[in-house]
Order: sequence, then structure tokens, then C-alpha cells
Amino acid sequence: MAPKEILKIENLKTYFDTWAGIVKAVDGVSLDVREGETLGLVGESGSGKSVTALSILGIVPRPGKIIDGKITYKGENLLEKTESDLQKIRGKEIGYIFQDPATSLNPVFTIANQMTEVIRRHQNVTKKEALEKAIELLRLAEIPDPEIKIWNFPHQLSGGMKQRIAVARALSCQPSLLLADEPTTNLDVTIQAQILQLMKNLKEKLGMSMILITHDMGVVAGVADRITVLYAGRVCETADTRTIFYNPKHPYTIALLIAVPSLALRREKLAVIPGTIPNLIEPPSGCRFHPRCEYAKAECAKEIPPLEEIEPGHFVACILASEIDMKSPLEAKANE
Amino acid sequence: MSKKPFLAVENLFKYFPIFSRGIFLKKQVGLIHAVDGISFSVNKGTTFGLVGESGCGKTSTARAILHLDPPTSGSIYLEDEEIGEVFKSKNRAEILKLRRKMQYVFQNPYASLDPRMTVADIIMEPLMIHKHVPKNKWHDKLYELLELVGLEDYHAERYPHEFSGGQRQRVCIARALAVEPQLLIADEPVASLDVSVRAQILNLLQELQQKLSITYLYISHDLSTVRHICHRVAVMYLGQFVEIAETEELFSSPQHPYTQALLSSIPVPDPEAKRSRIILPGEVPSPINPPSGCRFQPRCIYAKEHKCVENKPKLVNVGNGHLVACNKVS
Repeated sequence: MAPKEILKIENLKTYFDTWAGIVKAVDGVSLDVREGETLGLVGESGSGKSVTALSILGIVPRPGKIIDGKITYKGENLLEKTESDLQKIRGKEIGYIFQDPATSLNPVFTIANQMTEVIRRHQNVTKKEALEKAIELLRLAEIPDPEIKIWNFPHQLSGGMKQRIAVARALSCQPSLLLADEPTTNLDVTIQAQILQLMKNLKEKLGMSMILITHDMGVVAGVADRITVLYAGRVCETADTRTIFYNPKHPYTIALLIAVPSLALRREKLAVIPGTIPNLIEPPSGCRFHPRCEYAKAECAKEIPPLEEIEPGHFVACILASEIDMKSPLEAKANE
Repeated sequence: MSKKPFLAVENLFKYFPIFSRGIFLKKQVGLIHAVDGISFSVNKGTTFGLVGESGCGKTSTARAILHLDPPTSGSIYLEDEEIGEVFKSKNRAEILKLRRKMQYVFQNPYASLDPRMTVADIIMEPLMIHKHVPKNKWHDKLYELLELVGLEDYHAERYPHEFSGGQRQRVCIARALAVEPQLLIADEPVASLDVSVRAQILNLLQELQQKLSITYLYISHDLSTVRHICHRVAVMYLGQFVEIAETEELFSSPQHPYTQALLSSIPVPDPEAKRSRIILPGEVPSPINPPSGCRFQPRCIYAKEHKCVENKPKLVNVGNGHLVACNKVS
């Protein structure tokens, strides 16, 4: 019954071998993206969100290395592919929108140059056709006067415009999967609303799947169909969006919901998650969240909790998930 | 308003000149209207929030108040003193006395701490300059400050790179508090921190206000933290105020179309919340040639019917100290 998976990651481990020690940036992440859905990948900085996305395309910067795991895209294991095969997938099958539009566009080339590069690389078209296609894409991304704007250099455009161009470029070969890495983090709220709306519309129009990487629970609430929460390189919880917000079972998910000052839930004092994100060279033993978890017991420090399906489609990595009664702040509000 | 405000800003203007390129014959070719005639006042022991998108003049306002960038015109009163007068007098003792009263916490704790100084050096530097604490009490004061911001004694000997972002921001706050200021300007103090750490710093700021009754000027683009911490909020757009009100009033009944759009575009962390986003067309215009009439007019849906291109709206009191600058409202 469940729709087909387009991407499945199993037990992915990406480590960075640095002089200070091995940084276990991604340490056994498993997730899947179904056809036509948006998966929200949520976590704080250093939780391994971006490294997971970079691993999918095989563009982890040095000294990072994929140590173990399996990434299946449309039935094929991407980790077994050669570099030249991967190049046919990057940009064509899987598009990528980077976090910072100011640095992901090359400052010395015009927009036309950078847009047609991708199109000509993957499609058998002439220069002129590629340019027409590029203008069409800019129009799709709701850029005013695309015929003029395409001859601009990145510095002539505002941050919001640059991000629209990054969206247009990522979509230029109609990928089946779009990886969007914090696409709105550097933008103002009113521009963020514009870009999110644009991405939602285009995703529906083109029937893509999407992984939306963000640290903002507000952004995923409006856009994602399902959510995977990461903490210190491991998956805490995966479920559909409503379950994550109304019936979360992992203490970290709940902490994330409570600690964010929100307009909907006004409190006198913010609940605090004590401590800071752990060092990934020597992560805490057992459950990585246990030193900051208010429910932690002695068992938590001993074994790494497995990701278990506690109800259909709801996976949690916490040994206490069934024992303790955790309340979502939203649920509490609904009962008031 | 019988009580005298602690900080009063009247008709503050801050323009930055733009020069033509080239080494010789630099000509002034334009002016950036960063802050364009704003007035507000803050009562003692309260928090005043300045909200707006990037480039609207929030930081320029703060820097002008502290005379880090002296204002083009306008007057700023801290209690009874006019700050501009004090700086004009060039009396170093007087200026230092004034600087002790107001301190700044910068946006980025990674850039605002000297990497070659230990935390002890960083926090004791203001004591060295202002000499308000006798030398034999410096270390007592240092440990007192560390405790106040929730750091441990052994942190004093460490360097900034050994700390996480949240701890660095605590060091910045401790440094600002070293001179026992009465006004603390916090410029996006939590913007560069992780969500789980943000709550810690916001709570710290609130606790300090209760303990020391400091007045805050809190600058942010993040409306949800503003709602949490501020008593009164001003919304800025392109160098001018569009709306000022008590926090609850502003969030429950925003009057200006820009405030309404801004509030509606905050992502709500609730999948079942009703999303009636007002998506503003276009972007913030350039502050070099700001639009005529109402500054918000090119993006406003009501601009046509109220002839906002010609009529410049003034801030009007609509009751309860709620000020709005919009032709539609007045």
C-alpha cells in the first residue's frame, strides 16, 4: 500500500579523519524518501543533516569518507557507482540547493552561464535552446524580467533573487529528487515565506520528491509530509509530521518543541535543554542524548538504543519510549 | 506618562554618504538613509524591542545611540543627559562615565571576543579602563560575574575557542555587565546560536533584568523571541517606524499591513495551525532612493485606494500607546 521509496539510506556512516581524532558526523543514519513526498530532516548544527545530504551525492568534502552503509536510489546502490556514473545523477536525477545562495553561485560568471552549464551538461541541446530553457526556468521561479536578469552577475541580485536562481538551477533538468539544505536560513522572514511557497508550488507542479533540511520546526511544520529528527549523527525519531508534533516519543523531539519560543505558545520562562551538543569525536556512550535528557536512566548510557517501530510508520530510538509518558506542548495546548 | 523615560530618542537621523569610485576626486554621489527620523522612549527596567528585516536600520540605530557611529542629527537622552553634548565636550572623564552606563552585546560571539585573550582578560579589561573597582577586588568581581552568567570559576583561564557559541555569548554578557551598566543593547544576541541553547541565553537575560533591573534595547529580526522577552516593540521598515505598541497589543492586533505580513510569515511549529500567510510581493527597496510617500507603498495592497504614493503617513496614536504610521488606519 505504501508508496514506493525513491531513496533509502541504511546505516550510513560518514566519518571525518582529522588530526584531533575521527569525527563521527553521521553514525548509522537510516531514512527513506517516498515518491512525491517531502521529508523534513531536522536537527541542530552538527547533527549530521548536511553531511547526510552530501553523502547521497558522493560530494562529502575531504577528509570525510563514507565508511559504511547503503544508499539506494531507484533500486541502485549509489555507493557502488563510479564517479562518472554519479556525475550523470548529480543535477539530473538529484538536484541540490545549497544553504547560502551568496556562495553557491560563482561570482565571476553570469547567471546565463551558470544556468546553461547545467542544462547543456545533461541535455543534448544547443546553446540557444539552453538559454531559452534557462529563461523559462527563471520565469517559473517567478523572477521578474528574466530576459534581462539572466545577464546579471550574482552580486547584482539580492539574496532572495539569488536563492530563486539556485532553485531554478536545481530544477533545470527536472530531477526526481531535490535536496534543499537550509534553503531559507539566510533570508528574511517575508522572503522566506516567498521561497517556501515557491518550492511547494514547483514540487507539486513537477511531481518531485524532496528532502528539506532545516533546524526550524516552524518551516517543516508547514512543508514536510514526514519528518526525521537527527541528533549528534543519529536518528532519534521518524514519523509523519502530525505525529512528530502531536505525539512525539523521543525526549529530544519534545525538548526541541518546548525550547523554541513560539508565537502560539507563550510561556513566562522557556524550558531549557541543559548542556550543549556533544563532541562528535568522543560522543557519549549509549544514547547520545542521555547526558542532557531529563528522563535518562542508568541503562541509557550502556547501549545504543535501536530505531524501533512503535506504531506503523513511527520509528523511535529510545529505550524508554514506551515507559514514560511524554506530552507534546501542542497537545497540552489543545487540551486547555 | 508622568514618569520620565530612562532612554529617550528624538528624531534620530543617520545617513551614510556614498562616494564615487576612484582614488582622486572622490565625489559624494548619494546618501544611504539608514535611519530616517525615529523617536521612542524606554522606561527603566523594561525591554524595548526593535524588529525589522535586514537592512532596515536596527543596528544603525543602536550604534548611533552609543555614538559608535555618531548620528547625523537628533537627540538622545539618557536620564537627563543629552548623549551628543557629552561626546561633543570631548571630556574624557565624562565620556567614560557615560560609556559605563550603556553597554553593547554584539550579534556574533565568534567575532566579538579576542581569540588571544583569556576569559579573565576579556572580562577584566573594562575594569582596567573604568577603574570603578579597586585593583585588589578585580578577581572577586571576575568570579562574581562568571557566576552571574552561569559559568564556572575554572572557565576564567580558558580561551574563547574552547567554548561553544552559547558559552561565548555568556562571556560577552559578563564583559558588558562588568561596568555595571544601566542600559544594555543586545543586537541579535541569539541569532547565531542553536535552538536548544537560545532558550538558555534568553532566560539568562530575563533573570539578569530581574536581579539588576537593567534596561534592555533588544534588537532582532526574530519575532518569536521578541514576543518572549520584550515589553514594548517597535517595527522598523526602511529606516522608519511603522508601528510601536506594547508587546501583547502588537501581536494580538497588529494595525500596519507590514506588521501583519511580518507576523503571518513566521513559520508556526504546528502542522495544524491555520496558515493564512500574507505573501508580500517584491523586496525591500534600496535605502539610497527610498520610495516617496509611505515607504512600504510599493509592496502594500492598500496603497492605491489611500494614495500612499503622495501622502506620507505619520505615527498616530490609536489608543493605549499604540502608534501606527499608515494612511489606511488614520
